[in-house]
Order: sequence, then C-alpha cells, then structure tokens
Amino acid sequence: MATSSSNSPALLEIAEVSKSFGPVAVLRSVSLQVTKGEVVTIIGPSGSGKTTLLRCVNFLESYDSGSIRIDGKEVGYRDSGTRQRRSERDLAAMRAETGMVFQSFNLFPHLTAAGNIMLGLTKVRGKSNAEARSIAEHWLGRVGLAHKADSLPAELSGGQQQRVGIARAVAMEPKILLLDEITSALDPELVGEVLAVVKSLAEDGMTMVMVTHEMAFARDASSRIVFMADGGVSAVGPPKEVLAAETTNERLRTFLARFRASHF
Amino acid sequence: MGYTLNFNLIWRHFDKLWGGLLLSLELAVISIAIGIVIGLVLAVWYVSAGRVVRTIIAAYVEFIRNVPLILLVYLVFYGVPTVVDLAYSAPTSFVVTLSVYSGAYLVEVFRSGLEAVPRGQLDAGKAIGLTPWQRLIHVRLPTMLRITLPALSNTFISLFKDTSIASVISVPELTYGAQWINFNTFRIVEVYLVTTAMYLVTGYALLFALRLVERRFRAAR
Repeated sequence: MATSSSNSPALLEIAEVSKSFGPVAVLRSVSLQVTKGEVVTIIGPSGSGKTTLLRCVNFLESYDSGSIRIDGKEVGYRDSGTRQRRSERDLAAMRAETGMVFQSFNLFPHLTAAGNIMLGLTKVRGKSNAEARSIAEHWLGRVGLAHKADSLPAELSGGQQQRVGIARAVAMEPKILLLDEITSALDPELVGEVLAVVKSLAEDGMTMVMVTHEMAFARDASSRIVFMADGGVSAVGPPKEVLAAETTNERLRTFLARFRASHF
Repeated sequence: MGYTLNFNLIWRHFDKLWGGLLLSLELAVISIAIGIVIGLVLAVWYVSAGRVVRTIIAAYVEFIRNVPLILLVYLVFYGVPTVVDLAYSAPTSFVVTLSVYSGAYLVEVFRSGLEAVPRGQLDAGKAIGLTPWQRLIHVRLPTMLRITLPALSNTFISLFKDTSIASVISVPELTYGAQWINFNTFRIVEVYLVTTAMYLVTGYALLFALRLVERRFRAAR
C-alpha cells in the first residue's frame, strides 16, 4: 500500500528500531524508509513514540537495537557491526547531516537571529563570517524575516522564532529535515506563517520527516503519513488512505475520531 | 561621657586607609580571578564527570564552606610552612587562601548555572553538529553566565569584604590600616566610622558596576 518509490534507494532507512526507558518499551521494532524528496508525517496519540523516533534519527536519543541509516551510513553506532557508539566527534559530524526544528524553538538566547544561523555555518561548516552572514540573510529572507536579522530571540514572536529555527536548520543544507511538533507551542494565529514556510521547503524538494498534530496540513503536504501507536508503526500510506474515515484499523479509527471530535 | 568626635588624626594617617583599600581591592581581584578559574574548571568537570570526581569536588566545596575563613587563613599562613618547607609572604598566603575559598563558592554558583541551562538549547547545539567542546563554549557557558550573573555579583561583594580577614596575619589592607590608626591614636569611633564608610562606598560601587553588566546582559536576553 505504501507508495515509496522502490526504484530509488532510501535516503533514510529505519530498520527494526527498538528502545525502552527502563521497563517501558517506547519503540517496538519500528521500520520506515524515506526516499529523497519525500515528506513523511508521523501522527499518533501522545506517548506513541513519535518524538522519540524522530530524536533517534539524529541520535539525540540512543536506540537499543535495530539500525538507522542515512545514505547507507549508520547514525549512532560504528559500522563495524559490534554496535559500538560513535565518538562524540563522529556523532557531531553525523548530526550535521540532518536538521532539526524543535517544538520549543530552542534558539540560542544570546545570539541574534542571524547569529543563531551563523553558529553552525562557521563552527561546523567552516565558513567565513561574511559568507555565513550572507547565507543567514538569504534564509532569513526566505522565511520572511530579512528585517529581523539583528534581533534577539526575546524580541521575536513565537512564530518568528520558529521561522528562525527553521532557517537555522535548513541553512546547514541537511539531507533530511526533522520537524518535531513545530507548531504545538504557537498561538493559533501564528501557526499559518510557520506552516507556509514548511510548505515552500517541501515544494523545493527538501526531504522531511515531521511529527505534527496539524491534520489538515499533514493531509495537504505529505507524501506519506505514518500512524504510530504503542511504540510501533500501526499504519502507513498516502494521506488519502491513512486519513480515510472508513479505515479498518481500529486504533487509527479511534484516534481520528477523537481527533475530529476535539478539533472541529 | 562627653566623647567629642575629632577626625583630624584620621586624616593625618589617611594614607594607611587609602593604601589599605587599594590593597584590599587588589587581594579581592586577584583571588576572585583565580577563584573563577578554579570554579569554572571544577564546575564543568563536575557536570560531566562520574561519581568519584563528583564526590571529591563536593568534598572540597563542603570542607571550605563549613570551615570559617579565618581558620583557613591561619592554617595556610602558619600551618603549611611548618609542615612543608615553603616560605611565602602574608599577602601571597592570603591570596592563596582566598582563591581556594572563593573557588569553592564559585564552583557552586557555576555548577547550578550550568545545570540550569535548558536542555533544549543543548539539543539544538547537538542538532546543528557542534562537538561537545563547541557546545560548551558557544551554547552552555554564555547561557550559564547570564543565569548566574546576579548570584555572581553577590559572591564577589562578599569576597571583597572577606579581605578584611587578612588583617589577622598583618596584611596591610583596609581593616589592618584601621587597626593601626586605632592603636596609635585611640580615635576608635572615628577610624571605624571612616573605614565602614569606605567599605560601604566601595561595595556599593562594585554592586552598581556589576548591576550595569547584568542589565546589559538582561537586555540581550
């Protein structure tokens, strides 16, 4: 039922990943493949492991078993097969290949909007200040904040902060962009401006994996939707299939019904 | 009864107080500078270390915080040279003592500041590919600094006042100068009034300067 094009190799390959916090299994043998240019949205009830899965992709969380590969390269562990955690230096280099946008923005409070974007460009990508500044200005322009380059995060609205957060992530030219409930902390009237930015990135062909509660957006912007429940992938497919009201998946039907009830 | 204030003798020996104040400031600045280095290194080490190192650092902090400074001053000035073959001047001895003392207090300030840095900021630093060292320098320390500035100011003022203890080993700082004038002129009320005023004014000036720094940082939050 999945429409992931099987002819092109997966950019992101999650294979049978499991993880427990103590006695609680948060991920149960999760497998998922994402090809270049795809926008994959993960939905599901809270506690279903969506955010944990996303955080495993750039190894902000470790996983107990299974493998996560980006462009064929194992993310958190050495390729030797002994399941040895990569060195911090290697992990940093791996993480630079993915970008992440957070629910709570997590901008660096002591740096301006431009400074937030420039930090990774200068320290990780080794660009000169001038070069980094011009890249930062370019991306701030893309998210509609060219005039806020020298503003500190505290001087920006939530929606503006989140757009800087997106610019900070994409300016690093990641292979994959991870979006973790990026509109959940925003006032409703600010959600639109952030989603518009995500939409335009999707149109540019940016590969994205996002966790969201914005069902309408997920339906319109995703190539595929993954429904997670109890730490596992319960359903996956194109938005029309997964969000269909007449789905036979009991968990999914309950989730969607509850969701519709609370949001309309 | 009938004590009349007479400041003339104080003004005649004012160089003892003025010179003393400058030495007090010098002792404070040098000790605090060394204390900051001790405090930062140990605090960073503490938050990233295992149990053994943590226990050792905690023991150092607890020892210093529970022993009166004056005892430490005696211990370092009289005790250490009798045990090991070391000779140092009273001011050097006091700077060593106050540095170790301030280090213990600053470890606590910096440690709580480091632990108060929101986890999300560290995640963001990781996510853009910064190494642990880069995260420390560019993310954790700047945020820690703005969190700890108010506590830091208080600690600095407190340490400045602690330099008065140096008088017990005859370091000619402000309090020692006051005692000298008192012994030689018997104008006890006048000399301590003037000395108190000098501590107060200097302390307030320091506080004012530090609050200005704080405000700059707060505006930049």
